[in-house]
Amino acid sequence: MSRITVKVDGGGYTDDVEPRTLLVHYLREQLGKTGTVVGCDTGNCGACTVLLDGRSVKSCSMFAVQADGHEITTIEGLATDGQLHPMQQAFHENHALQCGYCTPGMIMQSIDLLADNPDPTDDEVRLGLEGNLCRCTGYQNIVRAVRAAAAAGGAR
Amino acid sequence: MTTTQERPAAEVGNPRRRKEDARLITGRTRWTDNVVLPGMLHLAMVRSPFAHARITGIDTEAARSSSGVVAVLTGADLAEEQGGLPFAWTATPEQKAPAHPSIAVDTVNFAAEIVAVVVARSAAEANDAADLVDVDYEELPAALDLKAAAADEVLAHPDLGTNVSARFNFDSAEAGTGGDVDAAIAAARDGGIVIEREYRQQRLIPAFMEPRSIVADPTGEQLTVWSSTQVPHFVKIFIALVLGIPEHKIRVIAPDVGGGFGGKLQFTPEEVLTVIAARRTGKPCKYSETRSESLQAAHHGRDQWQKLTLAADRDGTVRGLKVELLANMGAYLGLVSAGIPILGAFMYNGIYKFPAYRLTCTNVFTNKTWTDAYRGAGRPEATFAVERLMDELAAEVGVDPLEIRERNWIKHEEFPFTTVSGMHYDSGNYEAATAKAKGLFGYDDLRAEQQRRRESGDPVQLGIGISTYTEMCGLAPSRWLGSMGYVGGGWEHASIRMLPTGKVEVITGTSPHGQGHETAWSQIVADRLGVPFEDVEVLHGDTQVSARGLDTYGSRSLAIGGMAVLAAADKVIEKAKPIAAQLLEANADDLEYTGGRFGVRGTEAGMSLAELAFAVFQGHKLDGGAERSLDADATLEPDDFSFPHGTHLCAAEVDTETGAVTIRSYVSVDDVGNVINPVIVEGQVHGGVAQGIGQALFEEAVHDESGTLVTGSFDAYLVAAAPDLPSFVTARTETPATTNQLGVKGVGEAGTIASTPAVVNAVVDAVRHLGVSDVEMPCTPYRVWKALQEGAKS
Amino acid sequence: MIPAAFDYYAPTSVDEALALLREHDDAKVLAGGQSLMPVLRLRLAAPEVIVDLGRIEALRGIRDDGEALVIGAMTPHSVVQADPSIAEHAKLISLAAAAIGDPQVRHRGTFGGSLAHADPAADLPAVVVALDAEMVIQGPDGRRTVGAADFFEGVFTTTLSEDELLVEIRVPKYTGWGAHYEKFSRVAQQWPIVAVAAAVRLDGGTIAEARVGLSNMGSIPIRATAVEQALVGQPATAEAVRAAAARAADGTSPPTDLNGDAEYRRHLASVLTRRAVLSAAGAG
Ligand SMILES: Cc1cc2nc3c(=O)[nH]c(=O)nc-3n(C[C@H](O)[C@H](O)[C@H](O)COP(=O)(O)OP(=O)(O)OC[C@H]3O[C@@H](n4cnc5c(N)ncnc54)[C@H](O)[C@@H]3O)c2cc1C
Ligand code: FES
Ligand code: FES
Repeated sequence: MSRITVKVDGGGYTDDVEPRTLLVHYLREQLGKTGTVVGCDTGNCGACTVLLDGRSVKSCSMFAVQADGHEITTIEGLATDGQLHPMQQAFHENHALQCGYCTPGMIMQSIDLLADNPDPTDDEVRLGLEGNLCRCTGYQNIVRAVRAAAAAGGAR
Repeated sequence: MTTTQERPAAEVGNPRRRKEDARLITGRTRWTDNVVLPGMLHLAMVRSPFAHARITGIDTEAARSSSGVVAVLTGADLAEEQGGLPFAWTATPEQKAPAHPSIAVDTVNFAAEIVAVVVARSAAEANDAADLVDVDYEELPAALDLKAAAADEVLAHPDLGTNVSARFNFDSAEAGTGGDVDAAIAAARDGGIVIEREYRQQRLIPAFMEPRSIVADPTGEQLTVWSSTQVPHFVKIFIALVLGIPEHKIRVIAPDVGGGFGGKLQFTPEEVLTVIAARRTGKPCKYSETRSESLQAAHHGRDQWQKLTLAADRDGTVRGLKVELLANMGAYLGLVSAGIPILGAFMYNGIYKFPAYRLTCTNVFTNKTWTDAYRGAGRPEATFAVERLMDELAAEVGVDPLEIRERNWIKHEEFPFTTVSGMHYDSGNYEAATAKAKGLFGYDDLRAEQQRRRESGDPVQLGIGISTYTEMCGLAPSRWLGSMGYVGGGWEHASIRMLPTGKVEVITGTSPHGQGHETAWSQIVADRLGVPFEDVEVLHGDTQVSARGLDTYGSRSLAIGGMAVLAAADKVIEKAKPIAAQLLEANADDLEYTGGRFGVRGTEAGMSLAELAFAVFQGHKLDGGAERSLDADATLEPDDFSFPHGTHLCAAEVDTETGAVTIRSYVSVDDVGNVINPVIVEGQVHGGVAQGIGQALFEEAVHDESGTLVTGSFDAYLVAAAPDLPSFVTARTETPATTNQLGVKGVGEAGTIASTPAVVNAVVDAVRHLGVSDVEMPCTPYRVWKALQEGAKS
Repeated sequence: MIPAAFDYYAPTSVDEALALLREHDDAKVLAGGQSLMPVLRLRLAAPEVIVDLGRIEALRGIRDDGEALVIGAMTPHSVVQADPSIAEHAKLISLAAAAIGDPQVRHRGTFGGSLAHADPAADLPAVVVALDAEMVIQGPDGRRTVGAADFFEGVFTTTLSEDELLVEIRVPKYTGWGAHYEKFSRVAQQWPIVAVAAAVRLDGGTIAEARVGLSNMGSIPIRATAVEQALVGQPATAEAVRAAAARAADGTSPPTDLNGDAEYRRHLASVLTRRAVLSAAGAG
């Protein structure tokens, strides 16, 4: 067991973890942050995307021990005081989700995307989301949502 | 008139944003894998690396003594207890099917079949111990190639004596729905046109994003099972039938389910084994598959060879179509495996007036993962065949492919129309959809550009692909299903509970997993009962709440489930009416129900449904005989299928130097009848078209010579990401269905059915002048390039 | 799946890391984890010890030492991709780094990790070979430097021994050179079926010098020297470049897989080389 101290969605945690524990499993099972999900075992799907110190990472592709001393934001940490994050709002408004399984990862990556490029074109949005698979939507409404969020100043 | 409680304009047709989003965008979701119960144990499966092998020994010693292990189960341990997995479709009375164990007992028949189950205190410990299970195999010859298997070269199940499961025929001459196809072909060989083609429908993987997951809790009075399934009601019945657990002691919950596309329309070995593990250990047990397991072991789709012979006059008027089909069942029959080609069998004539038609289908076993429903199920295959053939015919005749279609399609004034396969198309307007699509697409300009590029020898050629499709959806009239050999029915159930505060609970037997029923059903009920959209809650996916239902697949939910909801709403009003009459001291005949309120005609007097609900709840003032409930149930049996249709146009650029295909523009005009929620419909079309493009360009489950799936991860099984797809232009025409009160059809599968041939037609159209008349799917750059090399030679 | 159990060490210096590698027989180095993690999760490997380089600050970052750019092995692709000095002096690297995987992968995956992993389909190896970069390796006996061409030995194998680390990569400056990275794949996130890295120095309209590297045309990244030589002294025109590019596949033995056979890859190599060189020369 290794002891780690992390900040997740604003809360501080100190926990003992097995070194082999993936960050996503730590979030889901030890912290109960089940909003972040697992969709693959090869780092391809992006469903597990979270922000590590503000940048997107696939939480299935790192060990919890590697996050020691770092700050993580998950889909559950976006809304503040019951107020949806503009990206969440845009996903809803633009029907950018169907089953919703890819959605947490998609929203987190979209936020990262706008951090780099606050006013992306359609093509730039598509490229920025290349690491996130969605089987339901055909992506079109996701692209629309990200651009709407950009227009609404979603890069916060 | 009083206008106290006027609701906004009609809900039906309103682009409502979805109710279900709230939890999904905030991460407050309820996936099966989220379920954690005290003392819960975890399963790991040991799976066969061989496609066909005899198990000569399993050493579980090391695994049993591994840390945290509670049990290790093998086929030998469970031979009796596991029962056999069911199939629900019998294609012919003579159909052959092997016994289908959940865990292999002495032989394995496809790579990834389960041979041992480890039950441990943590998932990690279960994985650790699974690595220690030592299985000895004696490899057997495997039947892998479909055509070779159909010829019984190697037997997938030697004890069956053949790989042929069933041979199914439809002949329009025999059925009395048309002429003799052989005569039509013979006539066409003499002066007409005969087009003969072979198309391969490659093996696909549904690849829902949420891997399957099951939790079985045996504590308490009841067995509770959470499963990431499209069909909780099926799962409940089959747990009872297969494991002998009384049906009334089983509760199945499909909480939030992350996609299905037919892939979760199954009763699975993993469900059986999780329940058995829970029963044996007396503890809640969980199994969540990995993506690699999912790609290998969850059922696959398509995998057919189609041999087609089309007879036509010189002017392109089609005289007949003969279809010879080989359908790969894989190693076993799943729930509806045997019926998939049958669902396609009635659609090979598409939107056309073919006078003669025959289909023969052979269902064949191989040592591969079993196949079953995947979005479209049978109908994409049929639509692909006929829409590709229409392009080939146009090329042969030398006219625009749209013209050939127009020459053969059913004209709008000819509806209702009984097709050569005996289907009753109630409505449609192919002219309108096509005209609209052409306009949005800029058809004539693109044709002109295509011509310019051909003439200049541009290395990037442009192709235009057309697909004018129809499909039968709303599975299905029970009587029809029965006549086709399916054991189940096709009805759907709904109930409405009027709560004392005037809020409404709608319970549906459909089981959505992305389709937005919570929103759409709320719209239907809000309109019918005249209550605010927000006051309606739709409950589903828990057999304890939704006791009766046949779940979600086959684009059936709205046309059948939605209609059941409507019928239940009507019953609520019917039930409320005499009570309202009594309380208002009026004659029931003088009551009028509008805007959520019973009003006494010609007076100001009235009572809202909410007031009535409360009065009924109190019961104080009601007549003695009046039932103290406004709740109502309805079970709806559909009269017939519904037949959405549409025209999809695809412009694709082919880089002749590399073979790369880029979709430049894509227009779909779909006629799904009346629309409850245009936003949801558009989303379904986007997703459906994307999956159809996936079949055309990207996806294929490939096995190596030993039967191992080489596309066993998302590295190799290519699901398109955002940059790989274009933006679609979608539009609709609305020709209401006449087979249901709402005039709705189905939309879940339309995009997938339509888009594959549109894309492949575009690819072939781009390079036809270079000697290419077909590219096998998926049209990879490599395949396109090879076809160009071949074309250059010829 | 969950990886098999291991002991985890997160040293903060290279020396400490090397000591750990010496001490443990079955130890694996963890850099960005973007290649190693899937291997562990699928249990294709189950090392007893993981030595995480993530906390060794000395291995991160890019510096200009006058003659060359020095890229720390643990510098993430996203940092490399955005670095202005790399964009100025070794544009080809910026372009190839940007073409790797997806943004999340680029945030974690490292320059050194990708090279040490030596996947024949990876994007960076062909680039460092084309640019004649030097690989600085540190082991029990101190540092040694090998040229990129000698670093790669086969599929997933390099000259690194088990107790050595790749610590930094020295890239000569190609200031003023045109560059283009032409990656051909079926879907966006995919590794290349074939990729061509090209850099050219123009003198007037004439190609004065050229560097061309090929990915996935053999078990190791390949420098297309025949093309380079054929280009020198040629005008940067479509015809001239086409003729030179026709030699791209000379001496290669590309793999055959689902995405194409060897013949197709050889053909792609010449088409993509032509495109890459023309773009690099600003004539694409
Ligand atoms: C979805 C996905 C898509 C990808 N697409 C591409 C792509 O298109 N093109 C591409 O090139 N790559 C791609 N990659 C791989 C990515 O570039 C990886 O980052 C890279 O291959 C490995 O770098 P890493 O830092 O993650 O190394 P790790 O995964 O941590 O390590 C890889 C190997 O190198 C060894 N190693 C690492 N660093 C050192 C060192 N300093 N000294 C000695 N040994 C070391 C490790 O022991 C291990 O064996 C993709 C990865 C993923 C998950
Ligand atoms: S679960 Fe992390 S990328 Fe798929
Ligand atoms: S919404 Fe279902 S996977 Fe994206």
